[in-house]
Amino acid sequence: MSDIKVDAVLDITNEVCPMTFVKTKLKLETLETGQHLEVILNDGEPLRNVPRSLKEEGHRIVGTKKDGTKFHLIVEKGM
Amino acid sequence: MNFTDEQIQRYSRHIILPEVGGKGQQKISNGKVLIIGAGGLGAPAALYLAAAGVGTIGIADGDKVDLTNLQRQIIHHTPDVGRPKVLSAKEKIQQINPGVDVITYQTRVDSQNILEIMKDYDVVMDGTDNFAAKFLINDAAVMAGKPLIHGGILRFVGQIFTIVPGESACYRCVFLSPPPPNAVPTCKEAGVLGAIAGQIGILQAIEVLKLIIGIGKPLKNRLLTYDALKLKWREIGLKKNPECPVCGENPKITSLIDYEQTVCELK
Repeated sequence: MSDIKVDAVLDITNEVCPMTFVKTKLKLETLETGQHLEVILNDGEPLRNVPRSLKEEGHRIVGTKKDGTKFHLIVEKGM
Repeated sequence: MNFTDEQIQRYSRHIILPEVGGKGQQKISNGKVLIIGAGGLGAPAALYLAAAGVGTIGIADGDKVDLTNLQRQIIHHTPDVGRPKVLSAKEKIQQINPGVDVITYQTRVDSQNILEIMKDYDVVMDGTDNFAAKFLINDAAVMAGKPLIHGGILRFVGQIFTIVPGESACYRCVFLSPPPPNAVPTCKEAGVLGAIAGQIGILQAIEVLKLIIGIGKPLKNRLLTYDALKLKWREIGLKKNPECPVCGENPKITSLIDYEQTVCELK
């Protein structure tokens, strides 16, 4: 995961559903297809829901890293 | 796109939709919609368009709120009786969404003022209750090249279709000219189930939003009719009439007409 160039970083650890996904989605809209967004999120509901919603919209999760109680997700923007 | 946290929360259910997203919500925010008639159709449409975050809503209506309006015109409340409809509507819109810019035209549209009123808007919604206004609005929308959402209701039935000038059938392609005065009863004479106004007005609001965002299939060349007693929708295919007097190849109507209003409407 460390060899992927990250184009933007978003921390949603202070958000709750559905704002976790809404903010991630809005951030992705500012990127181009193929660019990467690093999302920092909490375990539990965000980790279950955000990746699923992202995949449904055609984005790819290309990396996940545990960081204490948080997770770092690398998302590649789809079409 | 620079939404505030408040806006992101307010519009989160739109932004989540893949077809809308932040970009679609931005289009809604940039949208300018003119609602002609703050009555049965205009009331629910204005409320939903305001809630949706349409940036500029124009409302044209010369009437004052009457007690008989309250059975269906849900933007007006009991204390509003006697107040201009446009002011009553503006207040409710801003209570729902202070971010909406509301422009009021406290007048009945006619051949002299309608093009001037329409000129700054992206989409026009017909929420009027009489044929004279419906033909006037259609002709003006065609001449100004503004997409128009037609709607009409009576008793237990309603109809709706979307007119994109130059692309699809206009009101006159379907109905050549107004019926003779008093040939068709008005809601005042024939009655109307209040919720029908909501049903059709909200469908008009949906068509407005689809056009603004640029998603889905607009109700072009398709007249949708609704019968609440049978609970049946019917779709009637329409075609642009090459001999239409207003949008045809050689239009005979090149200036706007003020048709006579039926007597009971003049009051």
